[in-house]
Amino acid sequence: MSLTPSNYNIVPLIKREGILSVLEKGSRIDGRKFTDFRSLSITQGYAKKAEGSAMVRLGDTAVLAGVKMKEDVPFPDTPDQGNFIVNVELLPLAYETFEPGPPDENAVELSRVVDRGLRDSKAIDLKRLCLVPGKKVWTIWIDIDVLDYGGNVLDASMLAAVAALYDAFLPKVEINGEEVKIIKEEKGERVPMNYPVVSVTVAKLDKFFLVDPELEEETIADTRLSISYLEDGRIVGIQKFGSGTLTTQELDAVESIARASTSRLFEELKKVITRPEGGVTQ
Amino acid sequence: MTEKDKIRTLVLPGDLVGEVGEQQAWSPYIIRNGNKLYSTVIGLLEQRDNQLVILPLEGVYYPRPGDLVIGLIEDVELYGWTVDIVSPYKAYLQGSSLLGRPVNAGEDLRRYLNVGDYIMAKVDSFDRSSSPMLSVKGKGLGRISKGKVVDVSPVRTPRLIGRNRSMVETLSGETGCEVLVGQNGRVWMNCVKKESEELLVEMIYLIEREPYTKGLTEKVKSLIRERLGVNVASPEAQANT
Amino acid sequence: MLTLQVQKPKLILEDGRRTDGRRPDEMRPIKMEVGILKNANGSAIVEMGKTKVLTAVYGPREMHPRHLALPDRTVMRVRYHMTPFSTDDRKNPSLSRREIEISKVIREALEAAVLAETFPRTTIDVFSEVLQADAGTRLVALMSASLAVADAGIPMRDLIAGVAVGKADGTLVLDLNEEEDMWGEADMPIAMMPSLSQVTLLQLNGNFTPEEFRAAIQLASKGIEELYKLQKETLTSKYSAYKEVN
Repeated sequence: MSLTPSNYNIVPLIKREGILSVLEKGSRIDGRKFTDFRSLSITQGYAKKAEGSAMVRLGDTAVLAGVKMKEDVPFPDTPDQGNFIVNVELLPLAYETFEPGPPDENAVELSRVVDRGLRDSKAIDLKRLCLVPGKKVWTIWIDIDVLDYGGNVLDASMLAAVAALYDAFLPKVEINGEEVKIIKEEKGERVPMNYPVVSVTVAKLDKFFLVDPELEEETIADTRLSISYLEDGRIVGIQKFGSGTLTTQELDAVESIARASTSRLFEELKKVITRPEGGVTQ
Repeated sequence: MTEKDKIRTLVLPGDLVGEVGEQQAWSPYIIRNGNKLYSTVIGLLEQRDNQLVILPLEGVYYPRPGDLVIGLIEDVELYGWTVDIVSPYKAYLQGSSLLGRPVNAGEDLRRYLNVGDYIMAKVDSFDRSSSPMLSVKGKGLGRISKGKVVDVSPVRTPRLIGRNRSMVETLSGETGCEVLVGQNGRVWMNCVKKESEELLVEMIYLIEREPYTKGLTEKVKSLIRERLGVNVASPEAQANT
Repeated sequence: MLTLQVQKPKLILEDGRRTDGRRPDEMRPIKMEVGILKNANGSAIVEMGKTKVLTAVYGPREMHPRHLALPDRTVMRVRYHMTPFSTDDRKNPSLSRREIEISKVIREALEAAVLAETFPRTTIDVFSEVLQADAGTRLVALMSASLAVADAGIPMRDLIAGVAVGKADGTLVLDLNEEEDMWGEADMPIAMMPSLSQVTLLQLNGNFTPEEFRAAIQLASKGIEELYKLQKETLTSKYSAYKEVN
């Protein structure tokens, strides 16, 4: 059952007014422009036991993604495709009100939105995760741990997932007919990526649209729209978060703002994923 | 119909009902968007001296100070009672309101009102941040010791009372029973004859079912007369009204 | 070699029609009814093609446990749930991650409409049961929930109407059917409070160019107007006896 959340971080009214009065002057509380992302760093290979990993810091938000894989049988309707599963955890260490336990609706929603962004963009070449058609494929687990909850966890999670996937190698495999031998100790091929995908979140706060909201902006925002993109501007996923509303004209404006903001993210991603052995196929 | 007929129209959530007037009073049933007014409920819209009023056709009882309500004692506490008034908010009756003096330490309030008792009370105060407080000070208020209580939808109470109390007076006058309509949708009645009580209950449910049938008061009146087989009210009814 | 894989069917036929004979901008047949359950404060059932969802609303009522109540507003509790026999293969009755997410987006959409400040410290429970699932369940659930909230007499800014727009074989289509949902290139559920022109729910699964996205919103708006009219007619017909009153 989904409950109206209690006001777990009440922003004092005066602070809201403060934030709004700065916005009225055309700037944000941390000095950013409305369309700016916060400082961003992406570090691949942060978790060495993972087959691929990436630590993303976006302002105060810290997210670590790790990729693991296992052999599996394919789904009957996609016998020649591998699979992937995304799981986001809002860890208790990330925020004072987060509790241990199974993922709550916020974590479930984040997982599913990241999953759809990756799936609908066809960013991962699932066909190349097939070992023996109808018999054996790879299932890739993309586990995303939110370590520091500082607003806009979704965009950070998407960046971390993509960077970790580009960092990941499958174990070495020797295939002989239907005989598959997996040598876990040795690196095989890279996880087959077609191209990167990014998510851009825009918060609507009063009459302002703010790209990459930090925690306080996010808390007092009326609603947030997150849009996933490919580099050519194609939209590969949308999710509206929160109980506020937008007009269709506002949707139009938000989409344009979000699309314009993708270039920075693709640039940052490419700094880490375009390596000689990286094989960005775009 | 003695009153002049007013025009009422059916409105639904989101229906435009008018422009912002000078002195439109706040109501949960009308919201403002820009300079336009919209209905927030399924209701009947009517114009009352420059004011738009919506009478909701569905909903729960929302306490207002001054309302006469019929409450059911739910719990006996040290200094008073918690009372169910068929509302999202539990009401509270202080012991002193009934006793006319402070409650003595250790006094067993169950001697005065126990779980399951009905009371006739007035809403003393209610401001959304605290529970509604009841009062039983006043004539006819207090524990209900005789008669019968039936529950109807609280949004039907205006119809059960009728314009200038026309309906409630028809009900009691024609059946010879005492009738009191609590604003919270509970109706108390006290009849001498079992058959008039049964008929009265039937009429109350009829009014609840089809509250806005044309000429309902007349229909109720003639139905009662037909069923009781008399064309004048019985002597005890005349004594009561 | 195993060839279990089902081939993607043609979604738009030679004559420009869809697999179920509809034009691209045509919705499935719709049926709505309110006040069909006795115990609930409000209830409604909405059918769109073979999708059928029943919603009951309880409240506003006292919140239990009490510490979850909010001092300044009502707490909405929303559960979107599919009955085990609503799908081709039996669905496990426990809540899936999909149902958890949909419950949340429906709650947020309803919260945009309900005047939550009217009933502080209370709860409003909204229970939607998908009886038949055949594409578009979240929007049919949301529409029935909005009708049930109105039927419960809970003050709301507007009714909510919603429909999915998708892309099938490159063509924008209104109100996806199951095949288009499964094989189409995009599925964008969108819901609005039409008289206020506010979008309360928006998701996209699949891909759109920015131009397609804008065209899709236009197409959805047309469908939403039609659905909103039906919702109002449904409520009006229940209360038609009240139209002529003294």
